Amino acid sequence: MTEGILIGLTTALSFQNIFMVMIGCFFGTIIGMLPGLGPMTAIALMIPITYGFDPATGLILMAGVYYGAVFGGSTSSILLNAPGVPGTVATSFDGYPMAQQGKAGKALAIAAWSSFAGGTLSAIYLLFMAPSLSKVSLSFRSPDYFALMILGLTAIAAFSSKGQFLKAMMMVVLGLMLASVGQDSLSDITRFTFDNMNLTDGISFVLVVMSTFAMSEALTIILKRNDPTAAAKQVSLTELGSIRINKEERGKMYRTIPRSSVIGFLIGVLPGAGATIASFLAYGMERNLVKDEEKEKFGKGSVNGLSAPETANNAACSGSFVPMLTLGIPGSGTTAVMLGALLGFGIQPGPRLYMTNPEIFWSVIMSMYIGMVILLILNLPLIPYIARILAVPKNYLIPLILFFSITGIYVMSFNNFDIYLMIGIAVVATFLRLYDFPMPPLILAFVLGGLMEENLRRSLLLSNGSWEFLWDRTLTVCILVTTILIVLWHIYKTLTKK
Amino acid sequence: MNINTTKIISLLFFIFSVFYLYTAYQIQVFAFDENAPFNARTFPIYLGYAGLFFSGLKLILPDPDTIKVEHKTLEYKKTALLIVIAIIYGATILKVGYFLTTSLFLFASYYFLGERRWVLMFLLSFPFVAGFMYLLHGVLEIYLRDPFLKSIGVMG
Repeated sequence: MTEGILIGLTTALSFQNIFMVMIGCFFGTIIGMLPGLGPMTAIALMIPITYGFDPATGLILMAGVYYGAVFGGSTSSILLNAPGVPGTVATSFDGYPMAQQGKAGKALAIAAWSSFAGGTLSAIYLLFMAPSLSKVSLSFRSPDYFALMILGLTAIAAFSSKGQFLKAMMMVVLGLMLASVGQDSLSDITRFTFDNMNLTDGISFVLVVMSTFAMSEALTIILKRNDPTAAAKQVSLTELGSIRINKEERGKMYRTIPRSSVIGFLIGVLPGAGATIASFLAYGMERNLVKDEEKEKFGKGSVNGLSAPETANNAACSGSFVPMLTLGIPGSGTTAVMLGALLGFGIQPGPRLYMTNPEIFWSVIMSMYIGMVILLILNLPLIPYIARILAVPKNYLIPLILFFSITGIYVMSFNNFDIYLMIGIAVVATFLRLYDFPMPPLILAFVLGGLMEENLRRSLLLSNGSWEFLWDRTLTVCILVTTILIVLWHIYKTLTKK
Repeated sequence: MNINTTKIISLLFFIFSVFYLYTAYQIQVFAFDENAPFNARTFPIYLGYAGLFFSGLKLILPDPDTIKVEHKTLEYKKTALLIVIAIIYGATILKVGYFLTTSLFLFASYYFLGERRWVLMFLLSFPFVAGFMYLLHGVLEIYLRDPFLKSIGVMG
């Protein structure tokens, strides 16, 4: 293994590969900031270029683009409440309120340092645990995944603001209902399309996230323009604040980052789980672990609430390389694209990859350290300039948010129907937000809907229609017990507060 | 009488769930799948019942934290106007083209939101969209259909 690591280090430290990481990080950050264009698009755009290089360099370039785009997505989440990718939705929960309080610079700095720490720590975990973790990840079966998703959805609803559990659960169900529109993945039978061809492929994630977050946020700002409390908030939007993180905030991050990086990495390792579940679970776990006074700040600009998902989503990015490289199973859509590129190079990923092609396996892992440092060096000095987006007067900012949202959808589908649907969902979401119906549970449910149905289908078919699969395996039972404990804890806390 | 809007939303969600559940039962599945442990309508049916359960609970349980919205302070007119402009934008983007409709959408939105600095409004619409379009179409090679630019010979 040591020999492989040294070969990887030599390859990663070559001038060409360092340059590729730099290009990848920069390009990825720019693309990630544009709503609608996430890491998957960025990597897909890079594939033709990578075929001009050797496989290791090509993969290093794509990895750079990947974590650059995830960081870029966090920037638009924090500044515009417009998460371009599912993995950065949880970042907006506390990042955007922090920016609204005039601390946009600080929020971006916390995100940058957390991403750096999460990515670096998980690269270290990857270095030591990649081969053995691939075996562990294979032990997860469909019932465990199904239970894990129930846990994720229940946790996000339970951790919504006080007294909102039922509202959050209604949003979870609505998100799952929206995800059920379109063709059934196995039988291709169309559901809830009402003979409309535009709905056959279902509703896209970007459409739902843009309408419920970016567009409805823009409409809410206009709607509450004369509201004195909302107006006061808007004044602070023009303040960029310092990017310095003080001692108290650093202390909070020191506690949050290690645990969030572990959960992010472990979730990233599971095939099909990825950065989204990792960031939501890390957010939920962090909220559960902090003191009561800090818990109250969640959703209102908490340092822990911002640091946890940012650490976890970057850690999950590195973690998702484990199933891709060692099993040939992509952990996310993005790594699926990378897997396709790897196969295009004529390389078959699998348990023996780190022995047969050590220069590829280890150089990618080594390049992650370098990539994280480069990402930090590139982004920290740019924060004051990026944060100036918020200083744009709202008469300009609102139409620009609408423009980016609509363009994001238009370039994906090139049809009017998606734009109408987006406006419709945004109007409903704006109305629901007025009455404190939380949107994050809807988004998480929408993202997990397809996977959840898939895993429930497999579990029920394997158990011949019996629900015994829920208590057949110890792992499934453990996850479900955790879910029940979270709900009971939430009920207990609500009752004792009253 | 003071009507609790949250309850009305819950009632609407309950009705929506009934409709969803009814539609879920109408999903046509293959004959050999009809009695399978899981088919295309299984998951939606569970979702329909879940919707009924949670919205039903919200309806019958007391709601101590009633949300009060000051409707008098809300800017319904401008918001509705912006939505109408967005719908017109959506309706014309394919026929007229990305450049002209997007530029006009931005210009009109700035105007209706109360902006009157014409030069800035122009710069942040037509040249801005041209630059953005160059980034998408020229650099990233994402095809943008534009009959207007094609008709004047700017795009091939």
